[in-house]
Amino acid sequence: MHELSVCKALVNEVLRIAMQCDAVWVTGVRLRVGPLSGVVPALLAHAYPIAVAGTCAEGSLLAIDETPIRVRCAECGLETDTQMSRLLCAVCNSTQVALVSGDELLLESVELQLARVSDEVMEADHV
Amino acid sequence: MCDTCGCNLPAASVGESYKPVQQSATVSVLKHLLQRNNDQALHNRRHFDAHGVLAINLMSAPGSGKTTLLEATIDALRQTLRVAVIEGDLETENDAQRIRAKGIPAVQITTGTACHLDAHMVHKALHAVNLENIDVLFIENVGNLVCPASFDLGQHRNVVLLSATEGDDKPAKYPVMFRAADLMLITKSDLLPWLDDFYSAHAIRNLRNLASNAPVFELSARKDVGLAPWLQWVHSEYATQHARVAQPARARDG
Repeated sequence: MHELSVCKALVNEVLRIAMQCDAVWVTGVRLRVGPLSGVVPALLAHAYPIAVAGTCAEGSLLAIDETPIRVRCAECGLETDTQMSRLLCAVCNSTQVALVSGDELLLESVELQLARVSDEVMEADHV
Repeated sequence: MCDTCGCNLPAASVGESYKPVQQSATVSVLKHLLQRNNDQALHNRRHFDAHGVLAINLMSAPGSGKTTLLEATIDALRQTLRVAVIEGDLETENDAQRIRAKGIPAVQITTGTACHLDAHMVHKALHAVNLENIDVLFIENVGNLVCPASFDLGQHRNVVLLSATEGDDKPAKYPVMFRAADLMLITKSDLLPWLDDFYSAHAIRNLRNLASNAPVFELSARKDVGLAPWLQWVHSEYATQHARVAQPARARDG
């Protein structure tokens, strides 16, 4: 339901990066999304073309890496994959777990077509 | 026609085709998609801290009794804590009017079609709240068990309400929302004896399955039953916040 607002925030950030890097075109965007972020990747992919329409990211490819839900148990020390509605240690059922992955909602990288050759824009700290 | 001047390219890319050097680059970003919201939320939180205000975000499905709980809470806290309310709804000022009728400042945010509050909406509403004069700010989120969980508002604590008429499997069905809860309230508890399909123990077990150790209280705001532990919790969270903001800002944010 809120994927379009998430998508708009994403596109604003992508366009800001494109402008900062003096890019003429955005060709690809890569995200990392976990189920516990509350965002459904399929809906995000559906909203994306609408959000980029009329911008320099129109037609760009959206790639979404979906992360598994994984917890580390403080009691038995093991790391296990687990389910949305059951976030306990899959081995000993302990509730003393820390989420290792599964709640990501990250903009990982942006692929740009640059206007001119420049080494500076390749450095992440310029983003 | 030819492959050198770009005249055979689609219209959108003609503008760039004359440039002698084209280079593509992958820029690594690794930023949260809602970074702007999160930055605004941090700003809101610092604003609350600067005034020693405790901000509590109330989330639940529509009709689970958020406004009724607030009405009862305002009455009970009147002598001890100064309260203000931000109300989030798609439409109408009804909820804010109910709060104002108690003589408490209330700002209504009408989100139109948006299914959640975000940090920018709350920031805008804060301009109408005098934080100098309050101790606890309740933010009543849009009734929805999905979307509000993804947006930090700058609150210090999340309270999720689950009414007895909704079903005890809600924490399992809406894990993103319920694992964000610092406190779960089972509301409309006066109806429990008449409901043969809601067991508080099941609701609590479903919450614990999310590796949540959040406290759970049963209450009925309408019948004034079981409010004491909830009021005690608000007081104790306010005391914690009060002690926290007395520390230097660097220690707080760290």
